[in-house]
Amino acid sequence: MSVFNQSRSGIIQIAFGFVFLVIIGQLVNLQVFSAKYKLAAENNAIYRKIIYPDRGIIYDRNNKSILENTIMYDLVVTPVEAKGVDTLTLCKLLNIDSIEYKRRIKEIGFRNGIVRPSVFEPLLSPEMYAGLNENMFKFPGFILSERSARSYPFSTAANVLGYIAEVDTSFLRKHKDEGYENGDYAGMTGLERYYEKVLMGKRGVKRFIRDNKSRIQGPFENGRYDTVAVAGKNLHLSLDVNLQKLGEKLMTNKVGSIVAIDPKTGGILCMVSAPTYDPNYLTGNQRRRHYGELALDPRLPLINRTVSSKYSPGSTFKTIVGVVGLTEGVITANTRIGCSGAFYGCGNGKPKCLDPGYFNFKEGIAHSCNTFFATVFKRTLDQQKFGNADSALIKFNEYAYSFGLGKRLGVDVPSEKNGNLPISSYYRKIFGRNWNSCNIISNSIGQGEVQTTIVQLANVMATIANKGYYYTPHLVDSIEGGDVYGLLDTFKIKHTTKDIPDSIFEEVQNGMQAVMEFGTGAEAKVPGIVVCGKTGTVQNSAKVDGVMTKQKDHAFFGAFAPRNNPKIAIAIICENAGFGSQSSAPIASLMIEQYIKDSIEGPVRNAKVEELAKKNLIPPMMRIAMARMDSIKQAKLNLFIQQQKEKEEEDTTEEEISIDTTDRITEKPMISKPKEGNNKKKSFTFNSAAILADDKQYYFTKKVAKA
Amino acid sequence: MTNSKNNKKISQGIDWVIVWTYAVLVAIGILCIFMVEFKPGINIFQSFIAGKTNYSKQLIFTSICVVVAMFILLADSKLFTAFANMMYAFGMLLMLATFVIGKNINGSKSWIPLGGGFNLQPAEICKIFTSLALAKFLSRQETDFSKLRSQIIGGCIALSPAILSVLQNETGLALVYFSFFIVMYREGLPPALLIIGFSFAALVIATLIVDPNILALALTVIAGATIYFTKRARKRNRNLLVTIIAIWAICVSVQRFAVPYIFNNVFQCYQSTRIFSMVGKDYDCSQNKSALRRVADKEKAAKKPDDYNVRQSKIAIGSGGLIGKGFLKGTQTRGKYVPEQHTDFIFTSIGEAFGLVGSALFLGVYFFLLLRIINLAEKQRSTFSRVYAYCVASILFFHIVVNVCMTIGLFPIIGITLPLISYGGSSLLSFTILLFILVRLDADRQMVLR
Repeated sequence: MSVFNQSRSGIIQIAFGFVFLVIIGQLVNLQVFSAKYKLAAENNAIYRKIIYPDRGIIYDRNNKSILENTIMYDLVVTPVEAKGVDTLTLCKLLNIDSIEYKRRIKEIGFRNGIVRPSVFEPLLSPEMYAGLNENMFKFPGFILSERSARSYPFSTAANVLGYIAEVDTSFLRKHKDEGYENGDYAGMTGLERYYEKVLMGKRGVKRFIRDNKSRIQGPFENGRYDTVAVAGKNLHLSLDVNLQKLGEKLMTNKVGSIVAIDPKTGGILCMVSAPTYDPNYLTGNQRRRHYGELALDPRLPLINRTVSSKYSPGSTFKTIVGVVGLTEGVITANTRIGCSGAFYGCGNGKPKCLDPGYFNFKEGIAHSCNTFFATVFKRTLDQQKFGNADSALIKFNEYAYSFGLGKRLGVDVPSEKNGNLPISSYYRKIFGRNWNSCNIISNSIGQGEVQTTIVQLANVMATIANKGYYYTPHLVDSIEGGDVYGLLDTFKIKHTTKDIPDSIFEEVQNGMQAVMEFGTGAEAKVPGIVVCGKTGTVQNSAKVDGVMTKQKDHAFFGAFAPRNNPKIAIAIICENAGFGSQSSAPIASLMIEQYIKDSIEGPVRNAKVEELAKKNLIPPMMRIAMARMDSIKQAKLNLFIQQQKEKEEEDTTEEEISIDTTDRITEKPMISKPKEGNNKKKSFTFNSAAILADDKQYYFTKKVAKA
Repeated sequence: MTNSKNNKKISQGIDWVIVWTYAVLVAIGILCIFMVEFKPGINIFQSFIAGKTNYSKQLIFTSICVVVAMFILLADSKLFTAFANMMYAFGMLLMLATFVIGKNINGSKSWIPLGGGFNLQPAEICKIFTSLALAKFLSRQETDFSKLRSQIIGGCIALSPAILSVLQNETGLALVYFSFFIVMYREGLPPALLIIGFSFAALVIATLIVDPNILALALTVIAGATIYFTKRARKRNRNLLVTIIAIWAICVSVQRFAVPYIFNNVFQCYQSTRIFSMVGKDYDCSQNKSALRRVADKEKAAKKPDDYNVRQSKIAIGSGGLIGKGFLKGTQTRGKYVPEQHTDFIFTSIGEAFGLVGSALFLGVYFFLLLRIINLAEKQRSTFSRVYAYCVASILFFHIVVNVCMTIGLFPIIGITLPLISYGGSSLLSFTILLFILVRLDADRQMVLR
């Protein structure tokens, strides 16, 4: 019997073996040839926690830290543990209502799971932190977690220092291989951006094993693969924070900028772009709202006008024209040119001249005589040796380029503009092949197509002060622990001007000194210091309601001091401020005094500081735009107040909302004020705040008092 | 007889290889459960004794099993032959009883509460009784298994518990009873039946994968080609044409109507989804009648189950690599990513910790056990013992293959344990009984009578 069908035993065994082989085959496939499972396992179970290093600290030239790190707190919640929370107190402390509380908890649970801790309220203000810290026992499941944030102890140099912000997708795409991840912070503007590589330091990674609910189970392999965070390197600037603060004060309620350079090193002493803002405004949990306000401000406070705005340099450009004319030998220091009220060299009586007379070079500069420099410019370009205007302009531009004009200087802040030195091909397109010097005669007085940034202008002043050389203007003097990436190398190269003898600079300096003594820049005199300067007044126009309308002139001033041993070269523009001599020149004078004497001496000079700071020179165009924005705000506000009053009649305990509004409308000071900045007036205030305050502030203060 | 003589008699003829293999597997099982539950920083010895963790409970189950095994070895082997039919009847009764006093666990009403938190799953125990009954039936002098009648009776013995099991909503265990066809094949079931079975399975799978119209077209083309190429044969045998057309009709109707009907009306939504997900397709639950019924009853609509289990299981095994991550170092196991890892998905812990080498060795132990059992079966003088041995081999084989294939994504997920390894008292106990009855029978193979 048992022999019967015995062959089938073999078949069964073979079948068994075959099935086992299939299994082994699939195991080989899974375990040896499919790398994706290993990866998936790692993603599953290993939690890489990034340890953020402290960003580098930025010091000014006197070793005062002007950008440092501070601890801020996030309120973190683990929803599953948040049972029996005193919601009322919590909501009161956070200025939210209970509906918002529930919404957030729900959203957190949905987004990040209910067993993991998630941020409930980021970057608490000190008041909130204090309030919460006392009451934490009432909020089970909530903890306060530290995080490092940036702080600006002097509340100054916002546009120079820049800010950090969370990276977005386009940033991640651009910096693919630099290890950024969603949620990281990176420098977005200013030095924070330019020196991002240096400041950010090196991230550390800690690996943890986590379970299926993403709870941390412990370190992975006892931390064998963990790396340590390396703090960012500190930067030492050439910036003088006191000078910067004075500059910002003087530029209150003005639109324009100041750049001061140490001519010997190229180090930037101050870089003021007005209007500016308190950089602490863009840290803290209200960052988004504040950013929105700044971005919508018609005066564009987020632009760094020192490098990003191009202006016609106006009469300050005459120094270059003069240097070229003297070097080319078309005039000498004693050449006298008469001016009868306009330049007739081209037959049309343009440009006009304000100050008729019969001037030599020195007097030409001192009186900023248009005819004089138009003549010099025309003579230079019309020289027989060049043959035509093309090659003459090339020669002229060579001189101008050697002063750092017409191309990017390479200043170490982002978004520097290159200015403009028009080249012959540009004019050929407009005037045809046979264009001549008369076509571009307005360039001679710095109008026309010539454009410079304020940094370039300051650099020209530094070059003249140095009698023929400059170092690229830069903010960072040194990097602690060495300049690994070679970021400072270009700042050590000495740039010299094109074969210009010292004697010519001497002449130009004579002229610029005369500007102070009996010329247009008398306002810029500094007691006891020989200042050389040059004013500039630039016609300009802007589009208003779609029509190009002539605007009030821009006021320029370029200077350096002291003449014999130049320590500071400065360029200033006040947009639409009228004559350079009335606004820019006195500002320069005070700035030079502050830097060289380290303070402003005497009550007269100090009174001048206050007077200038109070002067409101906001261009009317911007005032109109601001008023327009404010009137929309006003309309909204009126509507809101009305609703509020109606509501109050029904219910008198609606305090949360009214506090919120007060905050928004009366422009309460920054949520996160640094230690020193507490009582400082904000660098800019809405012009219309007064209007707003007039009738409404009373109402709101009343309400707050009630609350 | 003295005690010593008695002892000698008990151990005489016992196949120690099987016993040791059994011991090794159970030990591996406890270690696997330990791996799954391990948390660093606990007193291992104490937690093994305390009886609170699963591995410690499994240790207790093991000691119970040892006692039961001793009893079986002490019993007279004639007992199993004598009571085979009665035990089968008892088993069927238990199965029927579940419909009355059954307890619903995880959606299947297949458990009988024993009190004290213990539950008995008759379908699990019934495997043993069915094996014995089948062996008894086939070993009868009057049974001639080459006759169709006997084959049908044999099939009925094997499949009756399966039908009851399906009715209890426990499809997984029902499938186990199909493993008795291996035994019946060994005892003379015509291979054609198995071939038809396999073809049918292939057709069902093809239905799931291929677009219905294309498959119908392909079947028609095959039928047409067969008709064309069998021109001569058809002349001799007129019925051939009818047969071919009948087969074609059956195939198409299965593919077009039967399979969709079964998936939509017989299976639960989650079962259909699992089967579809195995072939990499989505199943639309809105077609499922039971799901619709539930919605109509305003019950909570069946949550769409995804392939989370299989995915995590594959990740765990796949991440083991060639030699694995090492004992207690599996990150997926530690993180509890694989659901039901201590029971149905216990193989993943081996795959992750010991990699391909470990898994292959482990499967080798099983394969060795299976070959050993078949080897023993062929040595038996009595048909009863031989059939029973084949039953044991087939059930083990089916469990191992389905369970392992389930974890590596070759088979849809059905609740079938890995014999002797998975956590669970009734599973361990039933396999112990199954194996030790075989050991007992084998020890007495010299007894010619029977």
